Amino acid sequence: MSNLLAELYERMLESLLAVGRYALFTGRLLVETPRSLLRFGLVVHQVHNAGALSLVIIMLSGLFVGMVLGLQGFDLLERFGSEDSLGTAAALGLVKELGPVVTALLFAGRAGTALASELGLMRATDQLSAMEMMAVDPVRRVVMPRFLGGIIAMPLLAAVFSMIGIFGAQLVGVQMMGVDPGQFWSQMRGAVEVDDVMEGVIKSCVFGVACSAIAVYEGFHSLPTAEGVGRATTRTVVISSVVVLLLDYMLTAVML
Amino acid sequence: MPQRPGAANESCIVRIRGLHYAAGARVIFDGVDLDVERGAVTAIMGPSGTGKTTLLRLITGQIGPDAGELLVDGQDVAGLNRSGLYALRRRMGMLFQNGALLSDFDVFENVAFPLREHTRLPDSLIRNIVLTKLQAVGLRGAADLMPYELSGGMARRVALARAIVMDPEILIYDEPFVGLDPISLGVVLRLIRELNDALGISSIVVSHDVREIAAVADSAYLLSGGRVLASGKPASLTESDLAEVRQFMRGLPDGPVPFHYPAPDYAEQLLGSAPP
Repeated sequence: MSNLLAELYERMLESLLAVGRYALFTGRLLVETPRSLLRFGLVVHQVHNAGALSLVIIMLSGLFVGMVLGLQGFDLLERFGSEDSLGTAAALGLVKELGPVVTALLFAGRAGTALASELGLMRATDQLSAMEMMAVDPVRRVVMPRFLGGIIAMPLLAAVFSMIGIFGAQLVGVQMMGVDPGQFWSQMRGAVEVDDVMEGVIKSCVFGVACSAIAVYEGFHSLPTAEGVGRATTRTVVISSVVVLLLDYMLTAVML
Repeated sequence: MPQRPGAANESCIVRIRGLHYAAGARVIFDGVDLDVERGAVTAIMGPSGTGKTTLLRLITGQIGPDAGELLVDGQDVAGLNRSGLYALRRRMGMLFQNGALLSDFDVFENVAFPLREHTRLPDSLIRNIVLTKLQAVGLRGAADLMPYELSGGMARRVALARAIVMDPEILIYDEPFVGLDPISLGVVLRLIRELNDALGISSIVVSHDVREIAAVADSAYLLSGGRVLASGKPASLTESDLAEVRQFMRGLPDGPVPFHYPAPDYAEQLLGSAPP
């Protein structure tokens, strides 16, 4: 019993230390942000890597999620005779919730793993040490542009996801199920407020900071071995997914 | 007895006295004294696991000593802050064991990298400097290749061009001969000597390749058991009376450094009475 308690205590201590290390690293990244924005060319390159290269998967997923939302929403609303509200339901669901959350999960799986494995491999092949030896700070030169690129890309991807999702819901609801297109769009325009859109934007910005920080932290601190890089990649997806869902609940509770 | 290095003076670019360093419970250095002469090629040799690369990491300030004095050009490396350390490193070049080329950049951009990061030189001048350095290592024609298109020897020569692009005062080589074919090995050997003499720099070469070191180094230190076992001209080490030095320099499989890692009795273990 005492062994179990001791192990539990050790685990808790380790977890607290890990949270502290994450906080310190993220703090350093935030402090470095103004200086790193001066080398905007490097950031733009990473926005392309994290954002543009994720577009196809984001658009496809957005389309399918929107189509499912159209089907389920129509089925539910039809029971109450209010299928004309499908546009509102789909738009609010996508803009406030599904857009930011699913985009963040997909981002963690596509761009996050790419960031972590890239940095991990740079560590394993001494590229980061070589930069240190050339008096070039790898955090400023390599980590910061990737961190900022992720933060900028995330809200843009979430916006694309929501847009395509609404198109998908319209495709199913209006084109297939026969919802009146005028009602679909006018109810949506009438019900969706700027605050709703801002809620989605704030969420996707917060998720962007969290997912990017987790990916660059795991990659930068990975063990310089094949197993270490693999573990960093896995941890990036697992930790990002849990943190995104936790943050989503917290942000929703605060903003409702 | 290990030879005591001469009194430090201005002719030494690196001066180490009473260096102690432990990684966890394992003592790596237990009172190392070492001098690197200005303008000379100094070799640091020793069996695998004696801490040769660790010594380089200490000299370059990547890690700090537990005790002792480590001066590079008169500056206490352990006492430098980050900007002081970076200023010192800009006067050093280091060749990593695997080259450590930046995989996203081609050969030209790899060599240009320190110039682009530390200077505001126009592109035309950067181009000329980079091509000059690539010409020095014989790879001007490979400027457009990506790192994955290079052989091991070529990657190391590109890394060497990158290491000298800022005209360093100290050039550090970590195991430069590992895995090279005889031609590449000959090229790297010639480059170490020629760059040292032509650029007037000081070179530190970490290696356990005795024959190659003997051909290129002005002086050598043999590390073992956390201390300097012997030092002097490479040829004099070969003639040493110390059994450990003789075993290493002549590549004898058994001797003071045993062939077998410490283990329980062979027969007892096979018969199952000793732990596996």
